[in-house]
Amino acid sequence: MSNNGSHITEYKVLARVLLVLMFFTFLTISVTSYNLASFTVTIALLIAGFKGFMVLTYFMHLKYESLLLRLLVSMIFLLFAAIVLITFIDYSYR
Amino acid sequence: MSEHTTHIEEHRDDEASKLGMWLFIFTELLLFGGLFLVYSIYRAQYPTNFHEGSLELSVTIGAINTIVLLFSSMTIAMALTAMQKDNKKLALRMIAITLVMALIFLINKYFEWGAKIHHGLYPGSDLMALLERGHLLYFSLYFFMTGLHALHIIVGMILLIVVYFKVKNGSIHHKKYVLLENGALYWHLVDLIWIFLFPLMYLIT
Repeated sequence: MSNNGSHITEYKVLARVLLVLMFFTFLTISVTSYNLASFTVTIALLIAGFKGFMVLTYFMHLKYESLLLRLLVSMIFLLFAAIVLITFIDYSYR
Repeated sequence: MSEHTTHIEEHRDDEASKLGMWLFIFTELLLFGGLFLVYSIYRAQYPTNFHEGSLELSVTIGAINTIVLLFSSMTIAMALTAMQKDNKKLALRMIAITLVMALIFLINKYFEWGAKIHHGLYPGSDLMALLERGHLLYFSLYFFMTGLHALHIIVGMILLIVVYFKVKNGSIHHKKYVLLENGALYWHLVDLIWIFLFPLMYLIT
């Protein structure tokens, strides 16, 4: 157990994170009930991305993990973003 | 020998265990990532069919399941906090609540899938074969992705049941709780995937 293993996230922090996540869930539902064309998907994905970030940071304790682990997690998401981008470029220009 | 005090040195490296769990989580993220990629390509090709398909799903059930999973994610995180604070009773209670939430999620899923199957809509059915290509792709992806996710819920539940009994018999305690930590990480992963599945499957305009 080094410095990061011993960090304890307080109950009230976890409860607050849950409230934020719930708020954004209702926000997604209300936003997507209006048809804003292609913006809807973008907004829904941005909100989902933010919610995912909250889960990773607080529930999964990434905030208090080593730099190595935080970098690794970011790289996985960057890798996935690159795969999506390359695939869509391929599909749009064939 | 009796004058020597025996000192048992346990070999363990919690940081390495956690890193191993994260590496496994990466493979899971890429597994679902690949499916999300397939989904986005077909959704871009058949936007109207995907929209019509999503109208068949109940946003209410989806929203309830989202809240259930978010809540369970908080309770399992609280179980870890309780364990770190040496509050075994609360840790057990929090794991139990998480398991109940997981069960509620699966029951909702059962009714949701049950209604579809009752209407003859399931992979390999005669009705599915008659659907337009876009609808067929939407429902195939729906069943495959939510099915794979539900499978992860079941695996997560088994893992948390094991953790529950290990906390109960004292083999997980406030100085050695990496299994609870890894079990919780797995559970958060299940929640994380659902955070993306919900808007993409249920809320398509």
